[in-house]
Amino acid sequence: MKTFFWDTVEAASIAWGALKANRVRATLATLGIVIGVMTVVLMVTIVAGLNASFKKQLSLIGAGTVYVTRFPWIMQDDFFLYRNRPRLTLRDAEAIHRESLLAEAVTPSVDTMRPVSYGSTVLNGVFVVGAGDDYQKTENVMPEVGRFLSRQEFEANRSVVVIGQEVADRLFSARNPIGQEIRIGAHRYRIIGVLEKQGTMFGMSLDNQVIIPLGTLMKHFGRRRDLTISVKAAEGVRLVDLKDELTGILRRSRKLGPGDKDNFSINERDQLMATYNKLTAGVYAAGIIIGGISLLVGGIGIMNIMLVSVTERTHEIGIRKALGARRSQVLRQFLIESALICAVGGIIGVGLARLGGAVINQWLPTSMPISVAVGSMAFAALVGIFFGLYPAAKAARLDPITALRKE
Amino acid sequence: MDRDGELIRLVDLHKVYKVGEIEVPALRGIALTVQRGEYMAIMGPSGSGKSTLMNLIGCLDTSTHGEYWLSGVNVSTMDDNELARIRNREIGFVFQTFNLLPRANALHNVELPLIYAGMGLADRKARAREALTAVGLGDRMHHKPAELSGGQRQRVAIARALVNRPSLILADEPTGNLDSATGEEILQMFDELHRRGNTLVVVTHEESVAARAHRVVRLLDGQVVSDIMNGHPPQPAVDIHAL
Ligand SMILES: Nc1ncnc2c1ncn2[C@@H]1O[C@H](COP(=O)(O)OP(=O)(O)O)[C@@H](O)[C@H]1O
Ligand SMILES: [Mg+2]
Repeated sequence: MKTFFWDTVEAASIAWGALKANRVRATLATLGIVIGVMTVVLMVTIVAGLNASFKKQLSLIGAGTVYVTRFPWIMQDDFFLYRNRPRLTLRDAEAIHRESLLAEAVTPSVDTMRPVSYGSTVLNGVFVVGAGDDYQKTENVMPEVGRFLSRQEFEANRSVVVIGQEVADRLFSARNPIGQEIRIGAHRYRIIGVLEKQGTMFGMSLDNQVIIPLGTLMKHFGRRRDLTISVKAAEGVRLVDLKDELTGILRRSRKLGPGDKDNFSINERDQLMATYNKLTAGVYAAGIIIGGISLLVGGIGIMNIMLVSVTERTHEIGIRKALGARRSQVLRQFLIESALICAVGGIIGVGLARLGGAVINQWLPTSMPISVAVGSMAFAALVGIFFGLYPAAKAARLDPITALRKE
Repeated sequence: MDRDGELIRLVDLHKVYKVGEIEVPALRGIALTVQRGEYMAIMGPSGSGKSTLMNLIGCLDTSTHGEYWLSGVNVSTMDDNELARIRNREIGFVFQTFNLLPRANALHNVELPLIYAGMGLADRKARAREALTAVGLGDRMHHKPAELSGGQRQRVAIARALVNRPSLILADEPTGNLDSATGEEILQMFDELHRRGNTLVVVTHEESVAARAHRVVRLLDGQVVSDIMNGHPPQPAVDIHAL
């Protein structure tokens, strides 16, 4: 045991000396390992970062809610096929509301971009959401200050508004917006609440929005609009069953014949998740293939360099054997050397991936799991041991006297 | 272990080198016994088999036929690992070309046998320092071979040969690469080692070197042709560590 320990320490220090003596060669040899480790770690860093932010964003979409729309979230056919579909209307929403037994809440909603102003401050391109009266039950919106729209305000199509954080900040900064009047397009609205901060979803700020009653929006900005109907499943209802029921209700309400295709789409969060996972699986696979090939090439490079090293150091091996080094001790010396080269390559690779991650972080969220960093260094060392095996065995098998004679 | 009596016994030792299809007989039936404490020179013209015999006695190579007993153990039947152990514990080599590791300093070179013996850091540093000091290189421990003179290098090699307290010191043309004054220093060191009870076997082609030994074995064509005492009788073996 003690012998093993000292052998290993000795082997590591020999290896280190050999690496220092051949710095350029070792660096070149390790390039494949560096690139391989960097590719894998960088890929994982990017995908892990995207995953974390995507999951966070998805959590803003209710898990038990489906969304009926004219255009599906994920288009599988030609855009023009969907464009010929009739809009989703209040009549469709009412049909669902009336007939569905599995829905707990049904909310039609619509959004439009309008300028919003207070006094002389004008914000262009604010999302104006016209919400149905059960909006709070299907969507994750909570007022932070003030309150949400009330039933009477919905029914009477009042000119009241709940504004997002960003809108509040930009129009009022530190002042209290509640009770103030703002203008949306040409119409005046009284502010009754400010929403909690929500962050961004797929690159869009969810705080740059204002919510008004759906009826008010239609009254002020036109009735011919394409609605999104959010339907929340009742407690314990499976989304597949809800979708089946909704399909039946909508086919009747939209007067589709038995042979007609559905002219609406029912979307849910998991669809996005599935598509996303498919996408990232591709990125992962590409990363692992590129990384794997680099590691393979790197490993062969290491094998080559170790063979050269064994040949160059045949005399040294002879001396060591003459002084009593056993085969296992020589084998270990060279295995540790090639593991060390690769581990150093791995460390450099992880370091470069970190740098790359920091640069990419300006556009995409990245996060490097520590387990991946450590794991890939360990894997690089394993590659070193694997590809070092043949050269090391060659060194260990050398006959002492033959090795000593080589100068 | 018994420090008196027989250290080496060679029985009808043969070595045949195979070069392609051709067989080159290098040793042809060597029979030799060496007592502990002896100082023996092996002489003979070039190609007579001196180095081959050295390598066999040093367990660097194995014989084709015959027996080799070292300290009462039959070495001819040993496997690779056992031979490595014998080289490590029982034999100290001094080579004509020194065979030091060029990248390692003197201290590390002397530590090597102790490392392969599995000795811990503190112990082996102390032992290696002691050995270097004993050969007069206490102030050169951190010099690399390239920074040392030929004589100093050979003294490092001697320190390395002695550090594991072997039963046998084997030297192949130890003065061959040294000028005569430096060679004389090394030979004086050998005299001293012998006086202290070490067993030495030295291969040489120089009569002046052989004259220092008390026994001279001459080889010709792989056979012992003469084995004579140099006048003074074999000294009684003394345990060097008792001194
Ligand atoms: N590795 C070898 N392969 C083939 N023949 C060898 C080898 N080593 C030595 N010989 C031959 O064996 C004989 C003895 O060589 P050696 O022991 O080196 O003699 P010496 O050291 O006395 O000069 C010589 O004929 C030499 O050519
Ligand atoms: Mg010779």
